[in-house]
Amino acid sequence: MEIILSIAIGVMTTCGVWLLLRPRTYQVIVGLCMLSYAVNLFIFGVGGVKTNVPPLLTDDVATGALADPVPQALVLTAIVIGFATTALFLVVLLASRGLTGTDHVDGRGDRK
Amino acid sequence: MNDWTHHLIIAPVLLPVIAAAILLFIDERSRILKALVSLAAALLLVVISFVLFRIESGPNDFEGVYLLGNWAAPFGIVLVLDALSALMLLLTSLLGLAALVYSLARWHTVGAHFHTMFQLLLMGVNGAFLTGDLFNLFVFFEVMLAASYGLLLHGSGPLRVKAGMHYIAVNLAAALLFLIGVSLIYGTAGTLNMADLAARIPDIEPDRRMLMEAGAGVLGIAFLIKAGMWPLCFWLPTAYSAASAPVAGIFAILSKLGIYVILRLTMLLFSDGPSAGFGSDVLLYGGIATLIFGTVGVLASQALGRLAGFSVLVSSGTLLMVLGINDGAVSSGALLYLVSSTLTIGAFFMLIELVERGQDAGANVLAVTMEAYGDADEDEPEEGDGVTMPGTMAILGICFAACGILLAGLPPLSGFVAKFAMLSAMMGTGAIGVPPTAAVWTLVALVILSGVASLISMTRAGIRTFWSSIEGTVPRVLVIEIVPVMFLLSLTLALTVQAGPAMQYMDTTIRTLANPSIYIDTVKNAIVVESYKDRAGAREGSE
Repeated sequence: MEIILSIAIGVMTTCGVWLLLRPRTYQVIVGLCMLSYAVNLFIFGVGGVKTNVPPLLTDDVATGALADPVPQALVLTAIVIGFATTALFLVVLLASRGLTGTDHVDGRGDRK
Repeated sequence: MNDWTHHLIIAPVLLPVIAAAILLFIDERSRILKALVSLAAALLLVVISFVLFRIESGPNDFEGVYLLGNWAAPFGIVLVLDALSALMLLLTSLLGLAALVYSLARWHTVGAHFHTMFQLLLMGVNGAFLTGDLFNLFVFFEVMLAASYGLLLHGSGPLRVKAGMHYIAVNLAAALLFLIGVSLIYGTAGTLNMADLAARIPDIEPDRRMLMEAGAGVLGIAFLIKAGMWPLCFWLPTAYSAASAPVAGIFAILSKLGIYVILRLTMLLFSDGPSAGFGSDVLLYGGIATLIFGTVGVLASQALGRLAGFSVLVSSGTLLMVLGINDGAVSSGALLYLVSSTLTIGAFFMLIELVERGQDAGANVLAVTMEAYGDADEDEPEEGDGVTMPGTMAILGICFAACGILLAGLPPLSGFVAKFAMLSAMMGTGAIGVPPTAAVWTLVALVILSGVASLISMTRAGIRTFWSSIEGTVPRVLVIEIVPVMFLLSLTLALTVQAGPAMQYMDTTIRTLANPSIYIDTVKNAIVVESYKDRAGAREGSE
């Protein structure tokens, strides 16, 4: 379980960084999305990977068998904020496309 | 301390967000109403932060911890008001008021929701200064960033959209680094409350310590991007010079926010224990690199906007370098420099737009190119019978000269006092017979050289703008545009006159920061307010 999670995070980060450094705005935004997925999984993994344990402390749950609720709360916040900022970036991307007529990040087309 | 002043701690966060919410519901066409609401909120914010500052600078021991949701410290989120955050709040509110008044002349009408975004930016900045919780800091940072994206794009145009896109991409990546850092710290230390973290960090086992330091390093990168440390700063001059004047003015506080967080976290988390002094080398050498890069940039800038953008880097570089030295007396000089340079750069960004209004775009670039390659026509222009200087130009010129003096750090304004405080502490004037080392001389030389570079650039730009403008058109400047600039500059004058008490305040602040146990104890001993039920129960029990 841990190994799959870490491989997934690694692969997504690699793809994300590569795409982030690409010259097209669409690639940049997909790269940022990839990176934010990787980071969200990472935050989730920080609390320890456990299956089938509740995050809530109740009387019939042993304190040892408990998922850490804090990373789950953090990841929710991070998802919401990441989603909003990505949407905002998408708007700017479209505005830039409309104003410059190209989807290059510097607003200049490639020299062919 | 009585009840109502205690609730004032949360007011710098609540007031702008309420104002922003009200502003959203006011129709975009009723501009005057919107402006009035926003202005009232900004004024009230100045009053509140001044009251908080007065309480904080007073002799009484102020328990400035506000438990949100009435949860005790490590479990709930806390807001902490101490001398440093009170100072930053006051600075933010003053700069915010000036930028807002300036924007009322024309900038607030060129796009939708200017006032809403402006208030949200203030909310984010204030929240980041107040919060005592790392993840809450992230949330306030994002609020501030989201508002700043909108404000940077305010006014639109290809240049702003391009700069805005770069700015957003860089800051989204920085936010991801922030999250990685925060989660690593949580994974190793098991807490996000800054005070609790500071108490736990000295006792972390060595195998986890490395991971915690890695997390702190990643977290630091996120703030250094905001502060503009070389090589993370290439977005900054472009973004700041592309922003509209009042927005660039308020953005002067954003890079200082990065510095503030670095100062706060290094002094709190890494002041003693096995991790003591973590990252101060990075700050020192990074600061030196930033200072050199900024100085070269200032000399090379052709447009005034870029000159101001690189001045931000010079001031960030100086601050980072000086904080990297990690010495109490030097740091308190740095704090004064922080206040002075924020006011200066804020005023300068707003002044630039007024000055450039009289010229065509690109005139500056042309002028510098002409200087470099020699004028095409060397003929002396015919001498007039002594041109009478229009009043507007005179006022603008005086303000420009004041900005130049402040940036270069010449007497008599506060730029000089602040640099003098830093340099004299660095060279150790107190200890007699100990000559400063070569390293100290290098740092001192760098600070002075950066001042000289600013002076050269400002003089060149000033001569070009005020003494040899070819068209001789006088820019049309409204009173409410020049007054905020003069207000900020007069604050630096006040800082010069009151340099003694100001330095004393900075000294106390740094001394409090250098002793993290004060902060830790204050937060941990914050008492939960008794609930109504408990109080009622107690009364019944006693009867």
